[in-house]
Amino acid sequence: MTMSTQPATDQSTSGQVHRQAAGALLAYFLLGICFGVTLTQSEVLSWFRIQEMFRFQSPRMYEIIAAAVMVAAAAVAVIKRLRLRALSGEPISIPPKSLGYGVRYAVGGTIFGLGWALTGACPGPLFALVGNGVTVMIVAIISALAGTWLYGLLRAKLPH
Amino acid sequence: MIAFLSNPWPWYVAGPVIGLFVPLLLLVDGKLFGVSSSLRHVCAAVLPGKPDYLRYDWKRTGLWNLLFVAGIFVGGVIAAHWGGHRDIAIADSTRIALTKLGIHDFSGLAPREVFSWPALLSLKGFISVVVGGFLVGFGTAYAGGCTSGHAISVLADLQVASLIAVVGFFVGGLLATHLILPLVLR
Repeated sequence: MTMSTQPATDQSTSGQVHRQAAGALLAYFLLGICFGVTLTQSEVLSWFRIQEMFRFQSPRMYEIIAAAVMVAAAAVAVIKRLRLRALSGEPISIPPKSLGYGVRYAVGGTIFGLGWALTGACPGPLFALVGNGVTVMIVAIISALAGTWLYGLLRAKLPH
Repeated sequence: MIAFLSNPWPWYVAGPVIGLFVPLLLLVDGKLFGVSSSLRHVCAAVLPGKPDYLRYDWKRTGLWNLLFVAGIFVGGVIAAHWGGHRDIAIADSTRIALTKLGIHDFSGLAPREVFSWPALLSLKGFISVVVGGFLVGFGTAYAGGCTSGHAISVLADLQVASLIAVVGFFVGGLLATHLILPLVLR
Protein backbone atom coordinates (compact mmCIF):
# COMPACT_ATOMS: atom_id res chain seq x y z
CA MET A 1 0.00 0.00 0.00
CA THR A 2 2.72 2.45 1.01
CA MET A 3 4.77 1.36 -1.99
CA SER A 4 1.93 2.02 -4.41
CA THR A 5 1.11 5.49 -3.07
CA GLN A 6 4.75 6.64 -3.08
CA PRO A 7 5.05 7.50 -6.80
CA ALA A 8 1.83 9.49 -6.72
CA THR A 9 3.12 11.63 -3.82
CA ASP A 10 6.43 12.15 -5.62
CA GLN A 11 4.64 13.27 -8.72
CA SER A 12 2.51 15.80 -6.92
CA THR A 13 5.51 17.33 -5.09
CA SER A 14 7.51 17.55 -8.30
CA GLY A 15 4.47 19.12 -9.99
CA GLN A 16 4.34 21.67 -7.19
CA VAL A 17 8.05 22.40 -7.56
CA HIS A 18 7.57 22.93 -11.31
CA ARG A 19 4.67 25.29 -10.74
CA GLN A 20 6.70 27.18 -8.15
CA ALA A 21 9.68 27.44 -10.52
CA ALA A 22 7.45 28.65 -13.34
CA GLY A 23 5.90 31.21 -10.97
CA ALA A 24 9.36 32.50 -10.01
CA LEU A 25 10.42 32.74 -13.66
CA LEU A 26 7.29 34.71 -14.50
CA ALA A 27 7.99 37.01 -11.55
CA TYR A 28 11.53 37.66 -12.84
CA PHE A 29 10.20 38.46 -16.30
CA LEU A 30 7.71 40.95 -14.82
CA LEU A 31 10.42 42.47 -12.62
CA GLY A 32 12.55 42.80 -15.76
CA ILE A 33 9.75 44.80 -17.41
CA CYS A 34 9.60 47.07 -14.36
CA PHE A 35 13.37 47.49 -14.51
CA GLY A 36 13.28 48.37 -18.22
CA VAL A 37 10.67 51.05 -17.50
CA THR A 38 12.77 52.27 -14.56
CA LEU A 39 15.97 52.54 -16.65
CA THR A 40 14.06 54.60 -19.22
CA GLN A 41 12.18 56.89 -16.82
CA SER A 42 15.29 57.54 -14.74
CA GLU A 43 17.18 58.36 -17.98
CA VAL A 44 20.23 56.42 -16.75
CA LEU A 45 20.24 54.63 -20.13
CA SER A 46 21.04 57.87 -21.96
CA TRP A 47 24.50 58.48 -23.45
CA PHE A 48 23.94 62.18 -22.65
CA ARG A 49 23.42 61.44 -18.92
CA ILE A 50 26.56 59.26 -18.83
CA GLN A 51 28.58 62.04 -20.45
CA GLU A 52 27.20 64.52 -17.93
CA MET A 53 28.24 62.16 -15.12
CA PHE A 54 31.80 61.51 -16.31
CA ARG A 55 32.25 65.27 -16.86
CA PHE A 56 31.02 66.01 -13.30
CA GLN A 57 28.54 68.54 -14.70
CA SER A 58 25.46 67.34 -12.82
CA PRO A 59 25.04 65.52 -9.53
CA ARG A 60 22.00 63.60 -10.88
CA MET A 61 23.66 60.26 -11.72
CA TYR A 62 25.67 60.29 -8.49
CA GLU A 63 22.52 61.01 -6.48
CA ILE A 64 20.72 58.15 -8.22
CA ILE A 65 23.55 55.66 -7.67
CA ALA A 66 24.07 56.73 -4.04
CA ALA A 67 20.34 56.48 -3.27
CA ALA A 68 20.11 53.08 -4.99
CA VAL A 69 23.07 51.69 -3.02
CA MET A 70 21.74 53.05 0.28
CA VAL A 71 18.26 51.60 -0.22
CA ALA A 72 19.72 48.27 -1.37
CA ALA A 73 22.19 48.17 1.56
CA ALA A 74 19.46 48.89 4.10
CA ALA A 75 17.20 46.22 2.59
CA VAL A 76 20.01 43.64 2.50
CA ALA A 77 20.86 44.42 6.14
CA VAL A 78 17.21 43.86 7.15
CA ILE A 79 17.00 40.60 5.16
CA LYS A 80 20.17 39.32 6.85
CA ARG A 81 19.18 40.45 10.34
CA LEU A 82 15.75 38.83 10.12
CA ARG A 83 17.22 35.78 8.30
CA LEU A 84 14.39 36.08 5.78
CA ARG A 85 13.77 33.31 3.31
CA ALA A 86 12.72 33.76 -0.30
CA LEU A 87 9.06 33.18 -1.23
CA SER A 88 10.24 29.96 -2.85
CA GLY A 89 11.60 28.81 0.53
CA GLU A 90 15.23 29.24 -0.51
CA PRO A 91 17.48 30.68 2.20
CA ILE A 92 18.81 34.08 1.10
CA SER A 93 22.55 34.62 0.93
CA ILE A 94 24.83 36.87 -1.08
CA PRO A 95 27.88 34.79 -1.93
CA PRO A 96 31.12 36.69 -1.19
CA LYS A 97 33.15 37.65 -4.27
CA SER A 98 36.55 36.04 -3.79
CA LEU A 99 39.04 38.88 -3.57
CA GLY A 100 42.25 37.09 -4.65
CA TYR A 101 44.76 39.73 -5.67
CA GLY A 102 41.87 41.94 -6.74
CA VAL A 103 43.39 42.25 -10.23
CA ARG A 104 40.24 41.11 -11.99
CA TYR A 105 38.17 43.79 -10.28
CA ALA A 106 40.64 46.60 -10.94
CA VAL A 107 41.56 45.66 -14.53
CA GLY A 108 38.23 44.15 -15.60
CA GLY A 109 36.42 47.06 -13.95
CA THR A 110 38.55 49.60 -15.82
CA ILE A 111 38.01 47.83 -19.16
CA PHE A 112 34.26 47.82 -18.53
CA GLY A 113 34.45 51.53 -17.59
CA LEU A 114 36.03 52.34 -20.96
CA GLY A 115 33.19 50.54 -22.71
CA TRP A 116 30.57 52.16 -20.46
CA ALA A 117 31.68 55.66 -21.47
CA LEU A 118 32.11 54.78 -25.18
CA THR A 119 28.70 53.15 -25.62
CA GLY A 120 27.10 55.34 -22.96
CA ALA A 121 25.43 52.22 -21.63
CA CYS A 122 26.06 49.35 -19.26
CA PRO A 123 24.46 45.96 -20.01
CA GLY A 124 20.94 46.64 -18.62
CA PRO A 125 20.56 49.88 -20.59
CA LEU A 126 21.79 48.19 -23.79
CA PHE A 127 18.70 45.96 -23.74
CA ALA A 128 16.42 48.83 -22.69
CA LEU A 129 17.81 51.03 -25.49
CA VAL A 130 16.95 48.41 -28.10
CA GLY A 131 13.41 48.40 -26.64
CA ASN A 132 13.39 52.20 -26.91
CA GLY A 133 14.11 51.96 -30.62
CA VAL A 134 17.87 52.56 -30.60
CA THR A 135 18.15 49.32 -32.55
CA VAL A 136 21.81 49.79 -33.50
CA MET A 137 22.57 48.73 -29.92
CA ILE A 138 21.84 45.17 -31.08
CA VAL A 139 25.31 45.39 -32.61
CA ALA A 140 26.75 46.54 -29.27
CA ILE A 141 25.10 43.54 -27.57
CA ILE A 142 26.52 41.10 -30.16
CA SER A 143 29.91 42.74 -29.69
CA ALA A 144 29.56 42.37 -25.91
CA LEU A 145 28.80 38.66 -26.42
CA ALA A 146 32.02 38.39 -28.45
CA GLY A 147 33.90 40.09 -25.60
CA THR A 148 32.42 37.70 -23.05
CA TRP A 149 33.36 34.73 -25.23
CA LEU A 150 36.95 36.01 -25.68
CA TYR A 151 37.25 36.33 -21.88
CA GLY A 152 36.16 32.69 -21.64
CA LEU A 153 38.92 31.70 -24.04
CA LEU A 154 41.62 33.74 -22.29
CA ARG A 155 40.52 33.21 -18.70
CA ALA A 156 43.23 30.70 -17.75
CA LYS A 157 45.95 33.08 -18.98
CA LEU A 158 44.65 36.24 -17.30
CA PRO A 159 45.71 37.35 -13.81
CA HIS A 160 42.81 37.30 -11.32
CA MET B 1 -0.09 56.52 -14.76
CA ILE B 2 0.56 58.19 -18.13
CA ALA B 3 2.17 61.17 -16.41
CA PHE B 4 4.29 58.72 -14.40
CA LEU B 5 5.49 57.21 -17.67
CA SER B 6 5.86 60.37 -19.71
CA ASN B 7 7.83 62.49 -17.28
CA PRO B 8 11.38 61.62 -16.21
CA TRP B 9 11.63 60.64 -12.55
CA PRO B 10 13.58 62.89 -10.17
CA TRP B 11 16.70 61.29 -8.66
CA TYR B 12 15.02 60.68 -5.30
CA VAL B 13 12.45 58.46 -7.03
CA ALA B 14 14.77 56.84 -9.59
CA GLY B 15 17.55 55.94 -7.12
CA PRO B 16 15.44 54.22 -4.43
CA VAL B 17 13.35 52.37 -7.08
CA ILE B 18 16.54 50.99 -8.67
CA GLY B 19 17.82 49.99 -5.22
CA LEU B 20 14.59 48.10 -4.46
CA PHE B 21 15.31 45.60 -7.23
CA VAL B 22 18.02 44.06 -5.01
CA PRO B 23 15.67 42.93 -2.19
CA LEU B 24 12.84 42.10 -4.64
CA LEU B 25 15.01 39.71 -6.65
CA LEU B 26 16.38 38.15 -3.46
CA LEU B 27 12.92 37.72 -1.95
CA VAL B 28 11.34 36.00 -4.95
CA ASP B 29 13.83 33.17 -5.29
CA GLY B 30 17.13 34.25 -3.74
CA LYS B 31 18.63 35.67 -6.95
CA LEU B 32 21.29 38.37 -6.95
CA PHE B 33 20.41 41.44 -9.03
CA GLY B 34 22.83 41.63 -11.97
CA VAL B 35 22.55 41.95 -15.72
CA SER B 36 25.95 41.13 -17.24
CA SER B 37 25.76 37.41 -16.39
CA SER B 38 23.02 37.24 -19.06
CA LEU B 39 25.77 37.75 -21.66
CA ARG B 40 27.57 34.68 -20.31
CA HIS B 41 24.34 32.65 -20.33
CA VAL B 42 23.63 33.57 -23.96
CA CYS B 43 27.17 32.53 -24.95
CA ALA B 44 26.78 29.27 -23.02
CA ALA B 45 23.45 28.62 -24.73
CA VAL B 46 24.27 29.38 -28.35
CA LEU B 47 28.01 29.20 -29.04
CA PRO B 48 29.65 26.01 -30.28
CA GLY B 49 33.17 24.96 -29.24
CA LYS B 50 32.86 26.39 -25.77
CA PRO B 51 35.73 27.10 -23.35
CA ASP B 52 35.27 25.81 -19.75
CA TYR B 53 33.93 29.21 -18.66
CA LEU B 54 30.88 28.62 -20.83
CA ARG B 55 30.27 24.94 -20.02
CA TYR B 56 27.55 24.75 -17.40
CA ASP B 57 23.81 24.17 -17.12
CA TRP B 58 22.70 27.64 -18.30
CA LYS B 59 19.01 26.74 -18.07
CA ARG B 60 19.28 25.90 -14.39
CA THR B 61 21.44 28.86 -13.36
CA GLY B 62 20.59 31.43 -15.99
CA LEU B 63 17.03 31.07 -17.27
CA TRP B 64 15.66 33.50 -14.68
CA ASN B 65 18.34 36.03 -15.68
CA LEU B 66 17.58 35.70 -19.41
CA LEU B 67 13.88 36.26 -18.72
CA PHE B 68 14.75 39.29 -16.57
CA VAL B 69 16.75 40.72 -19.48
CA ALA B 70 13.95 39.95 -21.97
CA GLY B 71 11.73 41.89 -19.56
CA ILE B 72 14.14 44.87 -19.65
CA PHE B 73 13.71 44.98 -23.43
CA VAL B 74 9.91 44.83 -23.13
CA GLY B 75 10.01 47.50 -20.42
CA GLY B 76 11.94 49.71 -22.83
CA VAL B 77 9.27 49.17 -25.50
CA ILE B 78 6.48 50.00 -23.04
CA ALA B 79 8.19 53.14 -21.73
CA ALA B 80 8.94 54.31 -25.27
CA HIS B 81 5.36 53.68 -26.40
CA TRP B 82 3.60 55.42 -23.53
CA GLY B 83 6.34 57.89 -22.71
CA GLY B 84 6.52 59.17 -26.26
CA HIS B 85 9.34 61.20 -27.73
CA ARG B 86 11.86 62.27 -25.16
CA ASP B 87 14.83 64.57 -25.06
CA ILE B 88 17.26 64.53 -22.20
CA ALA B 89 17.58 67.82 -20.35
CA ILE B 90 21.32 67.72 -19.74
CA ALA B 91 23.36 70.48 -18.10
CA ASP B 92 24.23 73.46 -20.34
CA SER B 93 27.92 72.89 -19.64
CA THR B 94 27.66 69.32 -20.99
CA ARG B 95 25.80 70.52 -24.07
CA ILE B 96 28.52 73.10 -24.74
CA ALA B 97 31.33 70.56 -24.22
CA LEU B 98 29.67 68.03 -26.53
CA THR B 99 28.93 70.67 -29.19
CA LYS B 100 32.67 71.46 -29.22
CA LEU B 101 33.28 67.76 -29.89
CA GLY B 102 31.01 67.90 -32.90
CA ILE B 103 27.69 66.66 -31.45
CA HIS B 104 24.80 68.69 -32.88
CA ASP B 105 21.76 66.44 -32.49
CA PHE B 106 20.63 66.48 -28.86
CA SER B 107 17.28 64.78 -29.41
CA GLY B 108 16.54 61.26 -28.21
CA LEU B 109 18.43 59.08 -25.76
CA ALA B 110 21.75 58.98 -27.65
CA PRO B 111 23.13 61.20 -30.44
CA ARG B 112 22.06 59.82 -33.84
CA GLU B 113 25.29 61.09 -35.41
CA VAL B 114 27.05 58.32 -33.48
CA PHE B 115 24.37 55.76 -32.60
CA SER B 116 22.49 54.83 -35.78
CA TRP B 117 22.89 52.15 -38.47
CA PRO B 118 24.40 54.52 -41.06
CA ALA B 119 26.83 55.91 -38.45
CA LEU B 120 28.07 52.40 -37.73
CA LEU B 121 30.33 52.68 -40.76
CA SER B 122 31.97 55.89 -39.51
CA LEU B 123 34.97 55.72 -37.18
CA LYS B 124 33.08 57.33 -34.26
CA GLY B 125 30.09 55.01 -34.73
CA PHE B 126 32.23 51.90 -35.02
CA ILE B 127 34.37 52.69 -31.97
CA SER B 128 31.39 53.72 -29.82
CA VAL B 129 29.14 50.78 -30.70
CA VAL B 130 31.37 47.88 -31.76
CA VAL B 131 34.54 48.53 -29.75
CA GLY B 132 32.60 49.96 -26.80
CA GLY B 133 30.25 46.97 -26.76
CA PHE B 134 33.18 44.57 -26.91
CA LEU B 135 34.87 46.28 -23.94
CA VAL B 136 31.59 46.12 -21.99
CA GLY B 137 31.38 42.36 -22.58
CA PHE B 138 35.04 41.57 -21.92
CA GLY B 139 35.30 43.91 -18.93
CA THR B 140 32.16 42.71 -17.16
CA ALA B 141 33.13 39.06 -17.67
CA TYR B 142 36.65 39.73 -16.34
CA ALA B 143 35.40 41.81 -13.40
CA GLY B 144 32.56 39.35 -12.70
CA GLY B 145 29.82 41.98 -12.82
CA CYS B 146 28.68 45.38 -14.09
CA THR B 147 26.94 48.40 -12.63
CA SER B 148 23.97 46.39 -11.36
CA GLY B 149 25.91 43.45 -9.89
CA HIS B 150 28.96 45.22 -8.49
CA ALA B 151 28.04 48.88 -8.05
CA ILE B 152 24.61 48.18 -6.56
CA SER B 153 24.05 44.58 -5.35
CA VAL B 154 27.38 43.54 -3.92
CA LEU B 155 28.46 47.06 -2.93
CA ALA B 156 25.23 47.10 -0.91
CA ASP B 157 26.60 43.97 0.80
CA LEU B 158 29.68 46.07 1.65
CA GLN B 159 32.19 43.81 -0.12
CA VAL B 160 35.68 45.16 -0.90
CA ALA B 161 35.85 43.39 -4.29
CA SER B 162 32.96 45.49 -5.57
CA LEU B 163 34.44 48.70 -4.23
CA ILE B 164 37.60 47.99 -6.26
CA ALA B 165 35.48 47.20 -9.31
CA VAL B 166 33.48 50.43 -8.99
CA VAL B 167 36.68 52.49 -8.71
CA GLY B 168 37.80 50.69 -11.91
CA PHE B 169 34.49 51.56 -13.63
CA PHE B 170 35.10 55.25 -12.99
CA VAL B 171 38.82 55.17 -13.88
CA GLY B 172 37.90 53.59 -17.22
CA GLY B 173 34.94 55.91 -17.78
CA LEU B 174 36.97 59.04 -17.05
CA LEU B 175 39.81 57.89 -19.34
CA ALA B 176 37.40 57.18 -22.19
CA THR B 177 35.46 60.43 -21.72
CA HIS B 178 38.42 62.79 -21.40
CA LEU B 179 41.15 61.13 -23.47
CA ILE B 180 39.57 58.78 -26.02
CA LEU B 181 36.22 60.41 -26.95
CA PRO B 182 37.79 63.77 -27.94
CA LEU B 183 39.89 61.87 -30.50
CA VAL B 184 37.03 59.64 -31.64
CA LEU B 185 34.21 62.17 -32.00
CA ARG B 186 36.09 64.79 -34.05
